[in-house]
Amino acid sequence: MKSAVIVFPGSNCDRDAHDAIEKVTGQKPAMVWHQESELPEGTQFVMVPGGFSYGDYLRCGAMASRSAIMPAIVAHAATGAPVLGVCNGFQILTESGLLPGALMRNAGLKFVCEKAPLTVENANTQFTSRYEAGAQLLVPIAHHDGNYFADTETLDRIEGEGQVVFRYGRNPNGSARDIAGIINEQGNVMGMMPHPERAVDDGHGGTDGLALFESLLGSA
Amino acid sequence: MKAKIHVYLKPGVLDPQGAAVAGALHNMGYDEVTAARQGKLIELDLTGDDVEAARKRVDEMCAKLLSNPVIESYSIELA
Repeated sequence: MKSAVIVFPGSNCDRDAHDAIEKVTGQKPAMVWHQESELPEGTQFVMVPGGFSYGDYLRCGAMASRSAIMPAIVAHAATGAPVLGVCNGFQILTESGLLPGALMRNAGLKFVCEKAPLTVENANTQFTSRYEAGAQLLVPIAHHDGNYFADTETLDRIEGEGQVVFRYGRNPNGSARDIAGIINEQGNVMGMMPHPERAVDDGHGGTDGLALFESLLGSA
Repeated sequence: MKAKIHVYLKPGVLDPQGAAVAGALHNMGYDEVTAARQGKLIELDLTGDDVEAARKRVDEMCAKLLSNPVIESYSIELA
């Protein structure tokens, strides 16, 4: 599967994303600068990486979500192709309207940086098919604005539709209903605060994120 | 022309920064403070002198970038 990693000014997990994709597919993803207006021909999987795009000014992800490449990503998602946003990428996907809700300042007001226990709530997605439903994972988190918010009606709807994919075992940021990751109704756009790309090698101190990339991209 | 845009969290959206501010004021002895909400003030310098046309454009800017309708409301002052 041909992959692309989007790079914004202030992205800092783009190379981790690159290496995780290369490890699983054996192919280097295209690194696409945010001022491009088209994805490389034949792109299937798009990853929007973590970081602090535009210095988190205004709101996290707000300005990145209005950058030149975003209409191409929105159009790509509309074709049913897979899009994954991690951390700042999750914030960018909610700001762009591809995913419901918003990520707010952590309830404890502190940057949190730790290995977060997660539960796989939905193993029936193209991103999680190689996990067991209910599997317990340890995946790094590192964010200041990961407090997932949506109105009650939206929360009830996404819970009912199986759109909550990951839940924290121990809520680190005040997220509504311990939500760590969600998927859109069509099942092709996922956003999550934890960093699976930072848990794909023994050198990372854990490999619980590997199955996510293998689910989507197949093993090498 | 100048536009002043106040962006604030919608009622019912938890504002941890506002809560921290209220807590700090209590610690300083300002017991009359019952709540604090923290928002943003954005000032824009604009060309043109048609206030109604400017209001329409600034409203669009608020909807498209300056606020997030999921969590925020805004008000616009033009002068």
